[in-house]
Amino acid sequence: MDLVTQILQFLFSGITNGAIYGLIALGFTIIYNATEVINFAQGELVMLGGMVMIALSNGTSLPLPVGFILSVLVVSGIGALFERFTIRPLKNPTQIGIIIITIGVSILLKGVAMFIWGKETLSSRPFSSSPPIHIGSSTLDPQSLWILGITFGILLLLHFFYQKTITGKAMRACAFNKRAAGLAGIPTQKMVLLSFVLSSALGAAAGVAITPITMCSYDMGTILGLKGFCAVVLGGLGSTVGSVVGGFILGIVEALGAGLISSSLRDAIAFVLLLGMLFVRPQGIFGIKEVKKI
Amino acid sequence: MIPKRRLYELLFLIALVVLAGILIKEPYYQNVLIFIGIHSILTVGLNLLMGYAGQISLGHAAFFGIGAYGSGILTATHGWPPLAALLVAALLTALIAFVIGIPSLKLTGYYLAMATLGFGIIVYIMFREMGQFTGGASGLVGIPPLKIAGWTLDSGSEYFYLVWGLLCLVILLSLNIVDSQVGRAFKAIHDSEIAALSLGIDTSRLKLKVFVLSAVYASIAGSIYAHYISFISPSSFGFMFSIKLVTMVVIGGMASIWGALFGAATITILPEILHVFSEYDVIVFGLILIVVMIFMPQGLTCGILDAWNKSKRITTREGIRVGPKVNLNP
Repeated sequence: MDLVTQILQFLFSGITNGAIYGLIALGFTIIYNATEVINFAQGELVMLGGMVMIALSNGTSLPLPVGFILSVLVVSGIGALFERFTIRPLKNPTQIGIIIITIGVSILLKGVAMFIWGKETLSSRPFSSSPPIHIGSSTLDPQSLWILGITFGILLLLHFFYQKTITGKAMRACAFNKRAAGLAGIPTQKMVLLSFVLSSALGAAAGVAITPITMCSYDMGTILGLKGFCAVVLGGLGSTVGSVVGGFILGIVEALGAGLISSSLRDAIAFVLLLGMLFVRPQGIFGIKEVKKI
Repeated sequence: MIPKRRLYELLFLIALVVLAGILIKEPYYQNVLIFIGIHSILTVGLNLLMGYAGQISLGHAAFFGIGAYGSGILTATHGWPPLAALLVAALLTALIAFVIGIPSLKLTGYYLAMATLGFGIIVYIMFREMGQFTGGASGLVGIPPLKIAGWTLDSGSEYFYLVWGLLCLVILLSLNIVDSQVGRAFKAIHDSEIAALSLGIDTSRLKLKVFVLSAVYASIAGSIYAHYISFISPSSFGFMFSIKLVTMVVIGGMASIWGALFGAATITILPEILHVFSEYDVIVFGLILIVVMIFMPQGLTCGILDAWNKSKRITTREGIRVGPKVNLNP
């Protein structure tokens, strides 16, 4: 393989991974904007999406779209329970407390998944059975196109939701200033719940979409969550566009770095980017510099 | 100078240690006690950082690991005397903490959490991937026992006294710091960094100092751990262990040296008790974390004390209880 083919191949996998990181990062951002909570269990929601899909589709003749929607619904329900029973009862939340609680939830979900599905790596069938697509001498897995399509579909839906619907506008108001939104008659508590449901749904969709490529095991959520988290920091905490762009940057840099430098250091690349960004520009690419209040 | 009450508390601990050393000879219990001691050295340091200086670190397992691998590589591969290896590893850790601390500690809250988390994971990946030095994922074997001035420590009892003796020293040093001017400055930083700054406290230098100190504690604990179990692998120094350490501090109660001890003991003993659930103990562990944080955010120590006071109908007067409160809508 010549260098151009190789680089093209790396770009394909980078863009596919980037779309997934972007989706996970969006999940972080939605919750962060509504509650200032960083949800360390985001990766586990992705894992649950994949696992539920496998449980529903393997060995049954359930049509794929139905399985997709059911998995997203199940995980959204789990997200709602998560908010209701761990975030809402908090009286005086501190950042450290929230970090520990969401980590507790991630440990719990991981344990439950191990209990239900065991430790094996499971796989589900791809969305379409068409053969790999050849572009020049590099190949593209059709599932990658599905992943990209799903990511952009979700982005469009989210944009529509935030800009055009009254609930979406209420959520934006909440993100901007919770107290003022509450005073304007927006049920802020419901918006917080909704943000968890929405973010879980995104996570589940990501999980369902990647399982045919990456397979799924009970412990795959942690590293995916952390990567999504790196994407958030790259793009800027709280920025919707930033999280998607951050996801793509992370995916592409990671794929190129792993391919051209060393594949064993693949996972380190994300965190080196994270540290670099935090030290140079902690607010991220799209973030606005925080003004300290005295 | 330490107040008398603190001195009595420390003497009480020393008496307990000696008593436990005489009474407990069963290898299993001795092993658990040694691990409680090692974890306590780590949490006392992390408590100084989190509870007093108000800075979170989600990467402390890295410093523990650098100590362990530093000692392991220098003694097992290069045949250094263990004590020299321990000191060099501690120095190296201090240097790394210093270099990483300068840019990190400019960050606050979630950003600091992310930076330390990222640092911890990078170090973990290096342990795993630099196979020619660290033995890679399968680990480093054949680390010799600790040797101090010709005396080789090869029994559980000896490690027990060493670890707990060292812990007493660490506590003494930490209490001294807490009660000194530096400690009062930390408290000021914790409550309001801006107020502390305007009073002429060099907050960033103090934060860096306590960060380096807690890293050195972690490194020494790591070296002893490596010599004690003679085999180390990257999985002991991953993200999960950093989380466990933070949990020990939070469960024990922040800004409390004795709480750190209690938290370390609780989280170390918990998996032993949860053994009946075999590998599903993580489910119970996760549940306990969530429940404690929701209902006793001040930590188990304060939570239990509160419940005790309530049951005895001792009401605390309004306005007397202090502690940093977080405004939901800043």
